[in-house]
Amino acid sequence: MSRNRLESHTGATLDFTFNGKAYQGIVGDTLASALLANGVDVVGRSFKYARPRGIFGHGAEEPNAIIQLGAGAATIPNLKATQVELYQGLEASSVNGWPSVDFDVMGIIGAFGRLMPPGFYYKTFMYPKKLWMTYEHFIRKAAGLGATPVEADPDSYDKLNQHCDVLVVGAGPAGLVAAREAARTGARVIIADEQSEFGGSLLASKQTIDGRIATDWIASLVAELAAYKNVQLLPRSTVFGYYDHNFLTILERRTDHLALSAPSGTRQRIHRVRAAQVVLATGAFERPLVFAHNDIPGVMLASSVSTYVNRYGVAPGNKLVVFTTNDNAYQTALDWHQTGRQVVAVVDSRTNPSGEIVDAVKALGIEVLVGHGLIEARGKKRVKAALVAPINESGTQVVGAVRYLDSDLIACSGGWSPAIHLSSHTGAKPVWDPNIVGFRPGASKQQERSAGACRGTFDLAGCLAEGASAGAEAAKLSGRGDGGLQFPGFSVEEYSEQPQQALFLVPHTQSTSRAPSQFVDFQLDVSASGIELAVREGFESVEHVKRYTALGFGTDQGKLGNINGMAILANALDQSIAETGTTIFRPSYTPTTFGAIAGRDVNHLFDPERYTAMHRWHQQQGAEFEDVGQWKRPWYFPQSGESLQKAVNREGLAVRNSVGILDASTLGKIDIQGPDAAEFITRMYTNSYLKLAPGKCRYGVMLKEDGMIFDDGVCACLADNHYLMFTTTGGAAGVLAWLELWQQTEWPELQVYFTSVTDHWTTATVTGPNARKVIAKVCNDIELSNEAFGFMDWRDGTVAGVKARIFRISFTGELSYEVNVPAHYGRHIWEALIAAGEEFNITPYGTETMHVLRAEKGFIIVGQDTDGSMTPADMNMDWVVGKNKAFSFIGKRSLQRSDTVRENRKQLVGLKTLKGSDVLPEGAQVVFDAKQKIPMSMQGHVTSSYYSASLGHSIALAVVKGGHSRLGQVVYCPLADGRSIAAEIVSSVFYDPKGERQHV
Amino acid sequence: MLLIHCPHCREHREEEEFSYGGEAHIVRPLEPEALSDEEWGDYLFFRTNSRGIHHEMWYHAVGCRRYFNATRNTVTYEILETYKTGTQPTITGASA
Amino acid sequence: MKKYSAFSLLKNALSYHENWQKVWRSPTPKKEYDVIVVGGGGHGLATAYYLAKVHGITNIAVIEKGYLGGGNTARNTTIIRSNYLWDEAAQLYDLSLKLWEGLSQELNYNVMFSQRGVLNLGHNLQDMRDIERRVNANRLNGIDGEVVSPQRIKEIAPLINISRDSRYPILGASWQPRGGTARHDAVAWGYARGADALGVDLIQQTEVTGIRRKDGAVVGVETSNGFIGARKVACVTAGNSGVVAAMAGLRLPVESRPLQALVSEPVKPCLDTVVMSNAVHGYISQSDKGDLVIGAGVDSYNGYGQRGSFHVVEHTIQAICELFPAFSRVRMNRQWGGVVDTCPDACPIISKTSVQGLYFNCGWGTGGFKATPGSGYVFADTVANDRPHPLAAAFNLDRFNSGALIDEHGAAGVAH
Repeated sequence: MSRNRLESHTGATLDFTFNGKAYQGIVGDTLASALLANGVDVVGRSFKYARPRGIFGHGAEEPNAIIQLGAGAATIPNLKATQVELYQGLEASSVNGWPSVDFDVMGIIGAFGRLMPPGFYYKTFMYPKKLWMTYEHFIRKAAGLGATPVEADPDSYDKLNQHCDVLVVGAGPAGLVAAREAARTGARVIIADEQSEFGGSLLASKQTIDGRIATDWIASLVAELAAYKNVQLLPRSTVFGYYDHNFLTILERRTDHLALSAPSGTRQRIHRVRAAQVVLATGAFERPLVFAHNDIPGVMLASSVSTYVNRYGVAPGNKLVVFTTNDNAYQTALDWHQTGRQVVAVVDSRTNPSGEIVDAVKALGIEVLVGHGLIEARGKKRVKAALVAPINESGTQVVGAVRYLDSDLIACSGGWSPAIHLSSHTGAKPVWDPNIVGFRPGASKQQERSAGACRGTFDLAGCLAEGASAGAEAAKLSGRGDGGLQFPGFSVEEYSEQPQQALFLVPHTQSTSRAPSQFVDFQLDVSASGIELAVREGFESVEHVKRYTALGFGTDQGKLGNINGMAILANALDQSIAETGTTIFRPSYTPTTFGAIAGRDVNHLFDPERYTAMHRWHQQQGAEFEDVGQWKRPWYFPQSGESLQKAVNREGLAVRNSVGILDASTLGKIDIQGPDAAEFITRMYTNSYLKLAPGKCRYGVMLKEDGMIFDDGVCACLADNHYLMFTTTGGAAGVLAWLELWQQTEWPELQVYFTSVTDHWTTATVTGPNARKVIAKVCNDIELSNEAFGFMDWRDGTVAGVKARIFRISFTGELSYEVNVPAHYGRHIWEALIAAGEEFNITPYGTETMHVLRAEKGFIIVGQDTDGSMTPADMNMDWVVGKNKAFSFIGKRSLQRSDTVRENRKQLVGLKTLKGSDVLPEGAQVVFDAKQKIPMSMQGHVTSSYYSASLGHSIALAVVKGGHSRLGQVVYCPLADGRSIAAEIVSSVFYDPKGERQHV
Repeated sequence: MLLIHCPHCREHREEEEFSYGGEAHIVRPLEPEALSDEEWGDYLFFRTNSRGIHHEMWYHAVGCRRYFNATRNTVTYEILETYKTGTQPTITGASA
Repeated sequence: MKKYSAFSLLKNALSYHENWQKVWRSPTPKKEYDVIVVGGGGHGLATAYYLAKVHGITNIAVIEKGYLGGGNTARNTTIIRSNYLWDEAAQLYDLSLKLWEGLSQELNYNVMFSQRGVLNLGHNLQDMRDIERRVNANRLNGIDGEVVSPQRIKEIAPLINISRDSRYPILGASWQPRGGTARHDAVAWGYARGADALGVDLIQQTEVTGIRRKDGAVVGVETSNGFIGARKVACVTAGNSGVVAAMAGLRLPVESRPLQALVSEPVKPCLDTVVMSNAVHGYISQSDKGDLVIGAGVDSYNGYGQRGSFHVVEHTIQAICELFPAFSRVRMNRQWGGVVDTCPDACPIISKTSVQGLYFNCGWGTGGFKATPGSGYVFADTVANDRPHPLAAAFNLDRFNSGALIDEHGAAGVAH
């Protein structure tokens, strides 16, 4: 039996290690309760001064017991030992302390703590300037808590989207009865609680409700709730965020109590809940008292001491001093007395406490020191004594002799702070209530209400009554029940409580600035003197002080320290706490695993991959792929050991000399129908479609209203009032939304309808001088002669037995047939075309060769040769702009703005390197004078650049200022390696300038 | 995450189904060529950017694919109404 | 102003820190100032500082409705770089970067400007073309930068995933070693302290409610504490610029959007640089305290609520887990939002207006923090001389009429 384990508490033992040393705990323990049972005092070191720290609390408020769980890929940093359920074989270690947490050399720094007041780093490390990065290196090394894993997470995570009528947050007394009242109306109820068991504060209580001991009462209530089909119980589930429109997020820890990594299934999952109504029953946090050296291990919250005794059967010490401002903590003296260990004294700051529980303690012969403060704890790694002294009635001064109390455990209570975090997430502004000495939730901004301790109601009867009403009300507002209560009253045994004292800083015999540190925020070593210093330096806003001192920035998010800090600040500013205000709580309520927030959408599910019907064929041919939007497109088809360049040379020559085949299925396709289709399309493109006849195609450019090129493609007239618009691969969704926008919001009178058919069709482009011969072998119902089926025509027909639509459009400048068939037949058609082309050595080519071929022809790629600042004129494409269109098409007016008509705009040109084997890097900047000094006057840049095997030299497209009037001039591209490549400005059409080859 | 009522689907749906379309009720000038650069620039880029009541377009992108308007408070994010394109809001900055 | 140094720290420690001077005064506003700066964020305070320091105009008030540096200055992820694409933007941001390099000493306040470098990742071929173009432009503009390989990226940020098998594999990056981070609060406080010492009145908890004009010229501002006169009013109110402009009957080409950010719990040093990705859409660095500081793009809708939608946070964290699979088990400690003033071309407005004596500095969108010193410097010059500073000229409001936009969406694509 561990030395602090009470004999009455038994259970199966669990082995675990802490900082490499083996211990035993009991089933039901948290790591914290097990460490306390084993008498482990120092569990961590503080952030700034490396002071030894022990377990202070018993839940989410814990500031000190921050641990690293496990090792390797599944290690988890920064868990609070109070929230880690013990399992067999658990391994944990402290996150700070070198060489060990018991002897930390950084502790020496603590001795120089006075040199490190808040904000000291703003005032120093500035000189000499170049040393900052060195200073910072050591600052960084000293900072941080646990260590992140260095390997990928072995676990998986998930999400659930849920809707409910009533979400109850917290399964303490108020939450449980709220859920029951809501449940019986038939409302869909979710009740979530962060702990492993429902019951909240009652789990550590010996009170009775309706004549039953609290834990029994909980068990039957939970069983009752579980029997409802309309109730979902979520233990180990933290509601960590409350967002707009009653959207709440719950982190459910499914396996963390079993092992470091999930034995099976997902480790954690997030419930994304849209709740009609919410009941917040999140309880309250006990407030520590701020006295000198209140951070020594052995100082704890009074409720935590009671919890360890009553719930876990652990007495974390021997000689207890209780220090309180209220009646509530007297219970801790009673609980401790039950263990048979000594209660040295109850120190009560109130001058005249009276009441049943005070009498009950006195009746046991326990000394009660009224009108006293515990002004300082003594000890290094464990409390050895408590210094107590009489203080004045307002609690601002020590007024009598100091007395030493021999003690190893101090349980302190400064009252309770409602857990208003979730209400605060909604933007509700907390309201200071001097009666409860705490902030209550502000007026609701969402469909929520608070009940019980989180609303400032601290007596059990009150919590139950409020919970029941809140549950019934929430159900009613969600459309269930009449708001009446099924269980209107509870019979509860509890002591009536007398008023507490508001005491936020316990006076010392020395002034705050000179007294030993009185800690407010333990994790970040923020002390009362630090807050006063911030005020002395002129920081007056609570946000400034918070930021200057780091108050509340720890991983406990100020759950313990914030109220004391605000109050000390208010006092220093000589104003009320209400005037001083509080900072705003933000999600996460408690830290939330990134992996859980990411959920399933990581690795190969990070973003959907889109494949064409021929994808597997491409894979089988060993294609390399390029990501284009979500699509996987074949980039090139290397043959045994071929480099990209060699493959592209081969593929390109095949197209120019015989025939190639391209999977063009990814191009966006929008089916457009309606009596006003032609008019609408003509408004969207720069050119006109009013006279485009069925069977004909036309290339168009689409502008944004600012006149800049947005997308391009071919549009075909399929029949009267029926068109098919091709878009770029990446632009498809955007173009569809763009069309819908204009039709729906600006011109609803135009009857025209759009349907995306991108995925309906497979497109195989057969291109090259032998293209007709290949098509002729698989298609015999279309007259393929140039006279019958000319360039920019399309025809319906049958290809390899499949109904097909063939377009004679070309992105290579060669004779081309784009064969479109329903996507299901894609692979069939593809293989049929490959077979038909075998005798011509038909060559599949990828996007890289496609880019080279189109660049040889000077065809632009929107998004590569344009960048959102290019007009058609800039691209030397004035021919595509209908000057005489009746309607002012989208973007037209912008083409007449002073900047768009300006001379010297960047214009698309070709660049031919003086040395043909030099290939300009894409993205190279163009200058006119290579010898100028930096900063150079840049005149444009290379947008596309390749080696052209067909031409035997490199080619490039570039945009150059005034380029269209600079043909023949030589420009330079200064490269990072120091070279400067000279190139001549030439026409952007390098190959077949007359465009004859596509017309054959 | 907003919960948005689509007036076409007549259902509340999650924000993830929609995309934002910017300020509503900006009418494209009937004769763009008649406008000065200033007037045209104003139409293109200048917005009321209201703090408070704001009329804005939403596109039910992965739903019915219809644009509609919403009156939303840009401070509280409360959606006060949604209404079909071509109709007028019942709640305006003046009335709220 | 008493100088801060290790010596002053020691001296004050000996007197229990009881004798520190106030960082700034809390003055009662005068009836009239030469210049009123509306907005006490980093940019506004820097503007006031340089007006006083460089232009000798010290009869200035900075009027702040909340507390100094409490808006986006307090909420951003502190990334600093100058590797912008277009000459105009690059020169402005690099002026800023040069000022950052001496700012702690200039202000005698350690703003912890830490040049740990910035990686902008490329995940597809077009990303890499854009990176090449931008880095080449930067180089010829005299701004440091290079294109680095996945292997080099891995050396710089060892926990990053450069596997070819990931959904959007990392193909390369731009690397700007002079970029980095700074301590955001310190920037506001340092400028405030410096401006105060030069005589600038910092008026907190006072809201400007109107801009009084006479004959087309500014004569002062109405505030929650009464009228204050000034012939020049310089508005630096970020997300609230539209609201302030409306007080003068103006509209701006600006929309205010929520921008969210989050931090993890502090962990031991594991990321020594800033990593940004447009394509998978997220960015991350590690603060000196050990927090992983993370952000991504703006929410889609207009919003002044200083909060956004949870799915944006989900996408952001997915991106970070995609880039750094080892961070999946780290936990989010806190998330928040700011209100960013976005311009159609992702570039700021530093401009006179049609109202004589009224100036606007806004539209910084997601990237204003890095520009704080340069923005204040050129805006102060613009206000002092009633004409655009040469580096501010291109950022005139008139560009939205002429069409001379400076499209920085590529360089500014992911919020930063």
